[in-house]
Amino acid sequence: MTAPPDDCLARNDWICGDYLSTRREILLDAVVEHVQLTATAVGLGLAVAVPLALLARRRRWTAGPVLGLTTVIYTIPSLAMFSLLLPLYGLSGTLVVVGLALYSLTLLVRNLLAGLAGVPAEAEEAARGMGYGPMRQLLTVELPLAVPTAMAGLRIATVSAVSLATIGAIVGHGGLGNLIYAGMNSFFKAQVLTASVLCVIIAVVFDVLLLGVERLLTPWRRQSRRRSRPRVRTAGRKPPVTAGMAAGGTAPDGASSHRPPPPDGASSRRPPPPDGTAPGRRT
Amino acid sequence: MNTLSEVWSWLTTAANWYGENGVWNRLGQHLLLTVVCLVISSLIALPIAVTLGHLGRGGALAVNLANIGRAVPTFAVLVLLLLTPIGRHGEWPTVIALVLFAIPPLLTNAYVGMREVDQDVVRAARGMGMTGTQLVRRVEVPLAFPLVLTGVRIAAVQLVATATLAALVGGGGLGRIITAGFNLASTPQVVAGALIVAVFALLMEAAFEIGERWGTPRWARGRNR
Repeated sequence: MTAPPDDCLARNDWICGDYLSTRREILLDAVVEHVQLTATAVGLGLAVAVPLALLARRRRWTAGPVLGLTTVIYTIPSLAMFSLLLPLYGLSGTLVVVGLALYSLTLLVRNLLAGLAGVPAEAEEAARGMGYGPMRQLLTVELPLAVPTAMAGLRIATVSAVSLATIGAIVGHGGLGNLIYAGMNSFFKAQVLTASVLCVIIAVVFDVLLLGVERLLTPWRRQSRRRSRPRVRTAGRKPPVTAGMAAGGTAPDGASSHRPPPPDGASSRRPPPPDGTAPGRRT
Repeated sequence: MNTLSEVWSWLTTAANWYGENGVWNRLGQHLLLTVVCLVISSLIALPIAVTLGHLGRGGALAVNLANIGRAVPTFAVLVLLLLTPIGRHGEWPTVIALVLFAIPPLLTNAYVGMREVDQDVVRAARGMGMTGTQLVRRVEVPLAFPLVLTGVRIAAVQLVATATLAALVGGGGLGRIITAGFNLASTPQVVAGALIVAVFALLMEAAFEIGERWGTPRWARGRNR
């Protein structure tokens, strides 16, 4: 018997360049699956959350049940969630997507509602005064102004979905989670560490991308931050609506200047969710 | 529904509830793990949060910790710890991962609670000649209490969920019923286990909700709710 080759794979090192080069395709497939799972799930969650939030806003009595139900779903541990969906979807990627989408609902609905609630009354009155109908007002005034808060929720939901998708390994569809699971069973350190790091990288990339989208969707905030804020400060006037938003003025009590960031922390400009407590991290 | 009746028959079989792998034993392990980790993480996070909140510094640290925490998969951390030398010591990987992930909600909520204390009250207390320690003990902490408690509740519920994942790396707890079900390819056991876990998590949340309502003094009600 010949001696085994003395490379980092044989030594089972944590960091191993040979692993990256020899398993490139496996890693790439896992990354692609991971991204697909999370993107589909968050997209699905968004497609459900927007109508739900609008319904909860239009018909006030539905707000309680909608928020209550999504919070209850959020409380269920991920392993249990994926297992509960097992009879419905079997061992499939759909199961993971649906599970992740259900989790994202809480954050999306809450933040959409908080964003819509934070639209300044002056802006709504102005739109009404200009003769905007309810639909036009919603699409051109309320939703754009709700974007920053809604995006904060979307970013948290996406980042959480990336890290949660790993649990999908239990049904064989966990993207990078599959590699972590397999690496655990074979004590393959390089595989576990590489997949974990890739997971975090995917989350960060998603977060940065969404931040870019947010900036594209809210051009007025960039402008107001650069120009109107200093002018407002020196002139001592009541700040215009958009400048107020940029300065963090969505807090209804106007005491935002000395306020610490909210516990959830993704955006310091975010008013507290409707019931005042931010849901924790999902596991 | 055939599955439903199978799940029901699993749940009503006494053999599944007693013994070393029974539900009661797993429930006990789960609860013990949750409580121990909650105590450890509170002992670490709350003093830091109170100090930082009193000094008014480190807010960015607390918030960034919470944000970074979200991006790191618990499962990955559990497996990484399992493969290090720590992994040879029974439940230690689980305990360390659980404590690590319970610290951010405790820290951020307590910090924000301390910072949200009415600054007029703080100035009044200082004007009465209170020292820093007196201020913390008799003014700031009591006023921040509701938000501190919210952090504890979030951490506890999160711990219940995370303790479930311990089963994936060979730890005990209720998650073990689900993973055992997967190993036996027994859908009824998987679903029954998932139901038990979900109900347990919801009960934990409800217990804290009720405890918070009862435990909050009358003057503090309505704040932060």
